[in-house]
Order: sequence, then structure tokens, then C-alpha cells
Amino acid sequence: MKLFEFMGKELFAKYGITTPRGKMVTSSEEAVAVAGEIGGEVVVKSQILSGKRGKGGGIAFASSPAEAGEAAAKILGSTVQGLKVESVLVEEKLRIDKELYLAITVDGSAKKPVLIASASGGMDIEDVSEDKIVKHHIDTFVGLQPYAAREIFRQMGLDQTVAKEFYKLLPTLYKVFREKDCELVEINPLVISGDRLIAADAKVTIDDEALFRQKDLPHVEERTESEQKAHALGLSYVQLDGNIAVMANGAGITMGTLDIIQHYGGAAANFLDAGGGTGQEGTAKALEILLSRNPRVILINIFGGITRCDDVANALVSVKNEIGIPVPVVIRLVGTNEELGVNILKENGFDAYKMMHEAAARAVELAR
Amino acid sequence: MAIIIDENTNVIVQGATGNQGKFHMKQMLAYGTKVVGGTSPGKGGQEVEGVKIYDTVFAAMEENRVDASCIFIPAPFAKDAAFEAIEAGVKVVVVITEHIPVHDEMDIINYARKKGAMVIGPNTFGIVSSGKCKMGIPPNQFFIPGHVGVVARSGTLTYEIVGNLTANGMGQSTVVGLGGDRAVGLSFIDVLEKFEKDPETKAVVMVGEIGGNQEEEAAAFIKKMSKPVIGYIAGKSAPPGKRMGHAGAIIERGKGTFEGKVKALKEAGASVATLTFEVPALIKERLAL
Repeated sequence: MKLFEFMGKELFAKYGITTPRGKMVTSSEEAVAVAGEIGGEVVVKSQILSGKRGKGGGIAFASSPAEAGEAAAKILGSTVQGLKVESVLVEEKLRIDKELYLAITVDGSAKKPVLIASASGGMDIEDVSEDKIVKHHIDTFVGLQPYAAREIFRQMGLDQTVAKEFYKLLPTLYKVFREKDCELVEINPLVISGDRLIAADAKVTIDDEALFRQKDLPHVEERTESEQKAHALGLSYVQLDGNIAVMANGAGITMGTLDIIQHYGGAAANFLDAGGGTGQEGTAKALEILLSRNPRVILINIFGGITRCDDVANALVSVKNEIGIPVPVVIRLVGTNEELGVNILKENGFDAYKMMHEAAARAVELAR
Repeated sequence: MAIIIDENTNVIVQGATGNQGKFHMKQMLAYGTKVVGGTSPGKGGQEVEGVKIYDTVFAAMEENRVDASCIFIPAPFAKDAAFEAIEAGVKVVVVITEHIPVHDEMDIINYARKKGAMVIGPNTFGIVSSGKCKMGIPPNQFFIPGHVGVVARSGTLTYEIVGNLTANGMGQSTVVGLGGDRAVGLSFIDVLEKFEKDPETKAVVMVGEIGGNQEEEAAAFIKKMSKPVIGYIAGKSAPPGKRMGHAGAIIERGKGTFEGKVKALKEAGASVATLTFEVPALIKERLAL
């Protein structure tokens, strides 16, 4: 779950990390008021879950409250990086001496947290050359100790004015990362302003799997309505643009099914991993989600391990009888209780395929 | 021979009285796995499927030699269960549980490293040394003994591929599920190294997917291998930025793409199947059968 910038900054502030003075608002009147309270020049930043806001017209500077109001009016309701802007953050404009980059994330290869820092901040870290990036892996049983902060600081080649602030910031940021189950905490830019270090941006991603124990964080919903419905059923669902609705059991085989559709020239309407052991009822609900988006054809690919083929067949029949299925269904059904499942399908006018690619080819043909 | 587990491996099941644990323990026994005990706090002394239940892993180890543990404990408590097994001295810990927070996963792997234990998973289907020992949840009927080693990140996709191998008369030495999460105990390289040394394994199938850079790292090792490697990568059609079921299966900031992985594997001398059913033919070709 990604947090909006203003949420990330509120979280940082709670831990004592310095952030610019400012406030999130949803109207130009409020923007005028906040700019007035701050005084002087301000920056108005669109609050969307995407980077590169500057390039998309999502960030504006203002030298008076009236100008801040105008900027907010222009940005609110507009579309930046394909996302509708519903709120803006009005903040003091910082005097910038230097911009740094600082992040902590999960390194899947090392299976450890990694701190990434650079004295060349303010741009995409991907665009910074490797020799200007400092990486430090963290042993979770040791944590990020002051000595590591000193060494990282030394490698970044910064002058001593902000040393003390930097030594304090790193362990604090690591504390946020661990205590809030973050996948990513990123400050870009981390601004040197005189002898102060200020987090001028905040990108925080919380591990979805840990939300059960992160109850005090705000909730941010990025999923579509169908995706939310599927999630509530314990299914993994991603909405796509094609016209062939797909249901399979397992993330890998679902991806493989999407790939094979593309291979034959078709396009999938979604990724739906019905998981293992989804019973008849769960399967029927999954089918209803697929139908709600009016596909041209439905392709079901089941390799039954824990999933029982007869459950899948019965689910299909029950949906057909209860709400009707107005589009063709192509089904590949093998594995546990295969014969039983295939017989149920035959009795009810469905054909079952044995090979995944044959079923996919047929679905693509029907979708044309 | 096989890798990691074999007919002599003594296994315990943590969470043996829960729905999942009980069901799969029964299947494991049916496959021939030597399950010497199960754990379930407060239920010590009971018997499930003819297997003695202990309150703790330590208790199970007082009465048995335990080589490996298979964990079916719900995600919020999985770290505790894995720590228990590692501290008790179990050397192979298979964590079937999915949806474990990534910070817990990093801690589990960290502790295992310090104690010299191996973690398989989390979020894995498990490991099968065909005809000898199965730890985890794959359907028994598709796994027959033979000479193809399989290492994969995804479960049902592995069944699909192993099913095709078996249908073509090609048995498997060992089939290893690394797990679909971001931080898992084993990397492709760890398993490839073992297959390279295993006399029973003649060829290796590596089932990868988009996201991360594990496949690219593996390619560097494949270059040095004497045994043929056949790769398959899922997620060719996946749009960037979308998490395709597995926590790790996501193309982020242009990294972890299908094209990059296929290129790395091909350059390393691996054959890459475009579709799952092509794998057996590629093995035949590489082994000149």
C-alpha cells in the first residue's frame, strides 16, 4: 500500500524527521489560507501515487496566498501522470543548498534491507551513475547503528555542517522502515538547507501482507472495484484491457495462461488467480466477477492439485443455471477428480480441453 | 541420490492438527515421506493420521532425529514457528505459509543463516524428491522418479510442467519450489549448484517469472554448468507496475522484464521454452534422446 506524500511526511514527522511546514488541502480557499499561515513563497504539490509530478504540471510555485490559490485551483481536478488529483500539499518553499537521495528498501537478492544514499539527489535514482551511489545492507538483528551512518556519510563525501543531523536521521528512518513494515521509504530530495536536513518529499510503501498489524496507518485504496471485490474473496485479481476473461489456479499458471493468449494473438481482460483449494462457492463468485466486465469469451485453466475438478465444474454449472452465462466458455480441466469434473461439464453442454494451449487457441478464435 | 531431502529424511509437520497441516501430512505419508512427528501447542500426546503430536519442536526432537520441518502455520505466527525450528536445530525448514510479512521473512532467513539452516519458501509448494520424500502440497500422482531436476518460483506452473514431463515418461530427481515472495530462503543459484553436483540429475528445468533479478543472477552460473538447463519464464504479457499474484512478480522501474530474463538465459546457453508444453521436447533435444 502506497502512502500519499502528505501521509508519508506526517509519519516522518511523528518520528522526529524534519519536513517542510505545510498542510494537505482539497480546495483553493484552503490553499490560500495555508499559504497565508506559512508566509512567503510556497510550493503547491499534487497528491497522487506516482512520481514525475513536476513534468506533468503537478507542481507549482507561488509567491503569494492568492497565487497559491490559483495554482491549487488549476491542479485540483486535473490529471497528472494519468491520475486524477484530489488533493494538494501546500508547503514552504525551501532554500536549497544541496539535494541528496536517501532510501531503505528490501533487497530480494540479498534477502536483507538495503540503504541507498547519494549526494546527487533530486532526480530519479536510476539516472544517477553507480559510482555516486552508496549502498549499505543491514542485518536485521543488528539494525542500523550510528557507526554505519558515519561510514555512509563519509562515503557520500558531504561536508560536516549536517553531519550530526545525518547521523540522527539514518537510524530514525530505519526505525520507520521496520516498525511500519515498509517495503520502501524514500526521501528524494533530502534537502540541505543551511545546517538543516529536510525531507522535501516522502515516498512510503507499506507491505500489504503486514496491514493486519498496522492498524494506525491511514488506508489508501489503489485498486479498481472489481479488484477490491476479488480481494475480499481472497482471490488475486488484476484488471487488464483485453476481451478474454481468464481464471486459473496459481499465480504462475495464470501468468502462463495470459502469455499463451497473447502468443495466439488475443488479449486477456484480467489476471485472476483463484488460488488452490477454492471450493465451489468461491469459484462461482470468481466467475461472477469475470462476467461483470462483459468479456467476449471466458477461458478457465485448471490444473487441479488441491483444487478439485468436480468443484470447478459444479461452480460453472451453478452460475450457468442461476445467472446465465451469455458468452462462450472454454475450459481446460485436468488433475484431481478430472473424470468426475469432465462428465459434469459434458452433461451440461460444456467442452473440456486437456491441453492448455489448445484451450487458449480456441478462446482466441472465439474472441475474434 | 537426490538433493536436499531423500528416503532417509526424518520430517516433522508444524501445525499438524490444523486443516491444511492435517490434510497435507496425510498426503505426504501416502507419498512415502517419513513423518516422525507433528507439533501443535497444547495437543502433545495426541495422534493424527498415526503420527505422534508434540507440544513443541524441542519435545519432538527429544524423542526423534529430525532432519526437516514443514510449516503450515498461519502468517501472523509463522516467524515464531520458523524461529522455533531453527533454534531447535532443524537444518531444513520448509515454510509453506503464504502472506507472511516481508520483514518477518527477512528475519527468518537471517536467523537460518546464523544457525546454518536452510529455508525453503516462504510461500512455496515445497520440495519433492520423486519417489522418496515429499514435503509440501503438490499432488502426489504427477511426481515420478527420474533424472530431470526442476527448480521453480511458482506452484501450479510447476505441476503443469512436471505433469508434461511425467506424461512424456521423464521422471524427476528433485523438484524445488523457491517460493513466490520477495525474500525467500533459496535462490535459483543455490539449487542449480546442487543439481550440478547430483549424479542422478541429467538436465535441469528452471521455471522463473517476471520481477526481481534472480533469473539474471542464475544465468551467470548456468554458463559454467556442464548439465543442460531449460528455462521457462512466466509473465511475458504482464503490464509493468502490476503485481501478478506473487508479491515478487512485478516489473518495477523497468527491471525484472521477461525480455531481459530470456536474453540472459539464452546468452548463458540455456534453452528457453516459449510455451509450457515445449519443455519435454527441449530436454530430449539437449540430451540427444
